[in-house]
Amino acid sequence: MIFIEQTLAILWKDIRCELRSKQTWLGMGMFALLVLVIFNFAFDLRVDNKAAIAPGALWVAFVFASLLGLGRTIAAEREKGLMDRLLLCPVDRKAIYLAKLLGNLLFIGVVEVVALPVFAALFNVPLFGALLPIVLLGTLGVAAIGTLFSAMAAATQARELLLPILVFPLIVPVVIGAVRATGDLMVASPNQPPWLGLMTAFDVIFLSVSMLTFEFVIKE
Amino acid sequence: MSHPYLEISRLKKSYGLKPVLRGIDLAVEPGRRVALLGANGAGKTTLLRILAGLAEPDAGQVCIGGLDIARDAQQTRSLVGFVAHQPYLYDDLTVMENLLFFGRMYAVKQRKERARMLLERVGLAKRAHDRASALSRGQAQRLALARALLHAPRLLLLDEPDTGLDEDGIALLEALLLEHTRDGGAVLFTTHQLERALQWSDHIGLLSGGRMAYQRETRGLEPGSVRQAYQEALR
Repeated sequence: MIFIEQTLAILWKDIRCELRSKQTWLGMGMFALLVLVIFNFAFDLRVDNKAAIAPGALWVAFVFASLLGLGRTIAAEREKGLMDRLLLCPVDRKAIYLAKLLGNLLFIGVVEVVALPVFAALFNVPLFGALLPIVLLGTLGVAAIGTLFSAMAAATQARELLLPILVFPLIVPVVIGAVRATGDLMVASPNQPPWLGLMTAFDVIFLSVSMLTFEFVIKE
Repeated sequence: MSHPYLEISRLKKSYGLKPVLRGIDLAVEPGRRVALLGANGAGKTTLLRILAGLAEPDAGQVCIGGLDIARDAQQTRSLVGFVAHQPYLYDDLTVMENLLFFGRMYAVKQRKERARMLLERVGLAKRAHDRASALSRGQAQRLALARALLHAPRLLLLDEPDTGLDEDGIALLEALLLEHTRDGGAVLFTTHQLERALQWSDHIGLLSGGRMAYQRETRGLEPGSVRQAYQEALR
């Protein structure tokens, strides 16, 4: 019970701080929209190549915007010495991880809700209801790894550089799965692997590993 | 003499190849205030960070309230109140929200009432709904003091707690430390002010080169003799 109470308290604190400072959401949202606009102009979009280009553009926008936010998750708290203050509390480190993960999912989710209609309009693709599980699983995978590595990178001086270097190779499987699954919604291709199943397996594995290792990552 | 509330034995800590603490022994009984003196880099902050559970020692043992901090980290955290030389507050939360957040972290019962009472005590009741970022340095330090007392810890660890405080704030801090020990709590604080250390504590320890170079009861102790010991320890 206290685990849930503490998780929710940290989440509430992060949301409140973000709503007041607006440092992360605005930056992430603007970045995602700009990427979509640039991709829209950069490629010669036609009916026959849309399914090949649009999913990639969408997920590049999501992943890069996510990394902007993920980088701030713990770095801001570390910079001000607040992470130490939080670690002084008798709080299970898994609760800190879970709260940060939920916060990241929420922040990225809001950006996605704003970016998806823009994507649909710019790339002239319909928004499928089936896109929801793909976006959820893809975002969860990116956020699970990103939250863990943002804690690791936050302890270093080159955190902005280090975070993408650490995170990108690890999220390749889930991003490939998300791009392919999104592409399949536009043009169904035969003999595709079960992308949703693979993404689910990826999420379960990395979520578990991240929860278990977070304590060691934030320890001095 | 009662059983020590804080017991440190043969504590060692190195950062890389540089030894910071080379075997510290110290005990703080309930109702006692111990001041730690030492030059910059003597290891005072490292020692407090270990006691607070923020850093792990390489060797030695620390017991708080009879619990080993290495084995019972979660339980010992709730027995300790920590004040650093920086307030470390959430600037985007209000004064009251800061306290309520930490109240939830420490599972404080009736945290609103407790927070209100402490804000009153540290003279910040009228600033309860102001953002923490709007506080002056001294006011922020007062809030940090209130936060450290929020869960009624038995042991208070204070790292140069007078930093940024004005005369009133320093008097308040002294009064709070007295109240805390009068209620049976134990206090360990670091300072660079020798006179303050003698005035506020029952016992002083002088850290030098990672060792406790000097330990003495403060009753009847002259600042001159401590200063001399301090100078000798620095040599």
